[in-house]
Amino acid sequence: MSFFGHVFPYRVLNKHLGREIFIELSSKSYRSQEPSTRYYDCMKSVIAENLVKTYRKGAVRALDGLSLDVEEGTVLGVLGPNGAGKTTVVRILATLLKPDSGHAQVAGIDVVKDPKSVRQVIGLSGQYAAVDETLTGWDNLVMFGRLYHLSGDQARSRAKQLLEQFSLTEAAHRPIKTFSGGMRRRLDLAASLIIHPKVLFLDEPTTGLDPRGRMEMWGVIEGLVKEGVTLLLTTQYLEEADQLADDIVVIDRGHVIARGSSDQLKNQVGGERLEIVVAESDLVIAQPIIDRVTHGGSNVDRGLRKISAPVSNGTQSLIEVIREFDTAGIHALDVGLKRPSLDDVFMSLTGHAAEEAVAEEAAGKKKKGDRK
Amino acid sequence: MNAISDALVITKRQLQQLIRVPEVLIFNTIQPVMFVLLFRYVFGGLGAGIPGGYVQLLMPGIFVQTVTFTLAATAQGLAQDMEKGLIDRFRSLPIARSALVMGRTLGDGLLNIVVLFVMGIAGYVVGWRPTSGPIHIFLGFLMLLFFGYALSWVGIFAGLISKDARVVANVSFLFTFPLTFLSNAFASTTSMPKALQYFAEWNPVSTMVAAARQLFGFHNRFGVTAHSYPSEHPIVTSLFYMVLLMAIFMPLSVAKYKNSSK
Repeated sequence: MSFFGHVFPYRVLNKHLGREIFIELSSKSYRSQEPSTRYYDCMKSVIAENLVKTYRKGAVRALDGLSLDVEEGTVLGVLGPNGAGKTTVVRILATLLKPDSGHAQVAGIDVVKDPKSVRQVIGLSGQYAAVDETLTGWDNLVMFGRLYHLSGDQARSRAKQLLEQFSLTEAAHRPIKTFSGGMRRRLDLAASLIIHPKVLFLDEPTTGLDPRGRMEMWGVIEGLVKEGVTLLLTTQYLEEADQLADDIVVIDRGHVIARGSSDQLKNQVGGERLEIVVAESDLVIAQPIIDRVTHGGSNVDRGLRKISAPVSNGTQSLIEVIREFDTAGIHALDVGLKRPSLDDVFMSLTGHAAEEAVAEEAAGKKKKGDRK
Repeated sequence: MNAISDALVITKRQLQQLIRVPEVLIFNTIQPVMFVLLFRYVFGGLGAGIPGGYVQLLMPGIFVQTVTFTLAATAQGLAQDMEKGLIDRFRSLPIARSALVMGRTLGDGLLNIVVLFVMGIAGYVVGWRPTSGPIHIFLGFLMLLFFGYALSWVGIFAGLISKDARVVANVSFLFTFPLTFLSNAFASTTSMPKALQYFAEWNPVSTMVAAARQLFGFHNRFGVTAHSYPSEHPIVTSLFYMVLLMAIFMPLSVAKYKNSSK
């Protein structure tokens, strides 16, 4: 969880600017609305309505009336802490699990009534859907191709394409267990794309990856998004949802507590902060400069020699500050924009920290370390 | 038709695994061959008065013991797939629900063919000479394979309910190991306490061993004490057991697999 809490220098994330998506903070009013009237009229690839899933005879409510939908050709990020119900909702939508009540459609097909047809149009990849580690990447992709009922030739040519697309051609004939975590995830993702699914589910695609693996994975997913795939992605990382998703729903204790673009969510939480570390002797000169650029409100931590200030247009302010520092002859030791974390979002939306709950464990989710 | 071709893809996967990790196949064959050598030379003296010596009765016993252990192998393999999340991937594919478990039992059956073949050669080397002619010998091996296949389905069910590969392998072994010894596989049941004698006679391992001995052309001297139906009609009883096991565990397993994530 500390990943996005770090300072991200010079990150520019403006893909969501200008999108008009409402944000609602009252979960009750959100849940009571009918999906058909909830948004503008357009094609929904995924619709989930009032999903309820309990474990241990109702003692644990993994999903407590969860509703969401994904518009065709867009990316929905489902953001929440461990145990919020993310995996449970993906498992229901991917037909691995039946809900106690509520209903769900994927590509217009009811997941409970016609799971087999759903399986023909979805791809699933994530922390549990896996590949055979003893086989090579090639063997795996050909096998899954055959299981999607491609002919031998089709399966082989598709495997070749996918290995190229995901930069795995060189490693194609090595057993998966020799792959790095990032390569493994890419192969897993490739396996879920064999049939060009109408809807792709990615359950925590980067959990457990090192920062480099995560960046690579993001690049790959962004490529898919550009091709127009409809994607539902779960994550614990606000940064990840921010990077990849058009829309974000925040879930907690089995239901949706907020929905909006990442900018809307972050503005709700308080937006970015500019953080600059300078030599102790420069603190006195630096602070007024930062105050001027950010219109006041800066905060000085003398121990860490760090000045921080809330900014509305982070990158712009950052550049201005650096320019002024340059003119004033101040050397910045560290510069960055700190973006709000999931914890910040949670504190602001729910008033409680992102707690670890037990519900997801009960969902039969397997605990795993790094798969390397 | 798709159900069968899907199952064969899964079976092929298992064969590919054997190529990638040849140790599995090697140890799967070394262990029974070791048993052949150990029993042949340690207990060889038990065969006083047996035409052709102890090894003639021993080999069918070890064949049956080996295919009985298929149960644990199948259970462990399936539980490993569950642990690693592979089952979820398969369940998200548009394939027949029976394909994965069917494919695995077939794969384990194919492995048994190789293992039995190697054991048969080892047996021949140490003096085993079936006398019943090629057709009966073939039927004997066929029945052994079928017996292993039926037990594989018990293993599938055990694997599906346990989800922990090491635990299920050990538990399966705890069941099958005594089963192979409380039988006529290695020694005469007449030296056992009376209650165990009855158990040993009805034990499917015993009936299968007796059936194999009969099909390989040897008089089963290790099992007839109470003149019960199974010891008098080992082939029929064994076939009955196999059909019964499959009639119970195939539908149970497929149903369990369908709902394997609650």
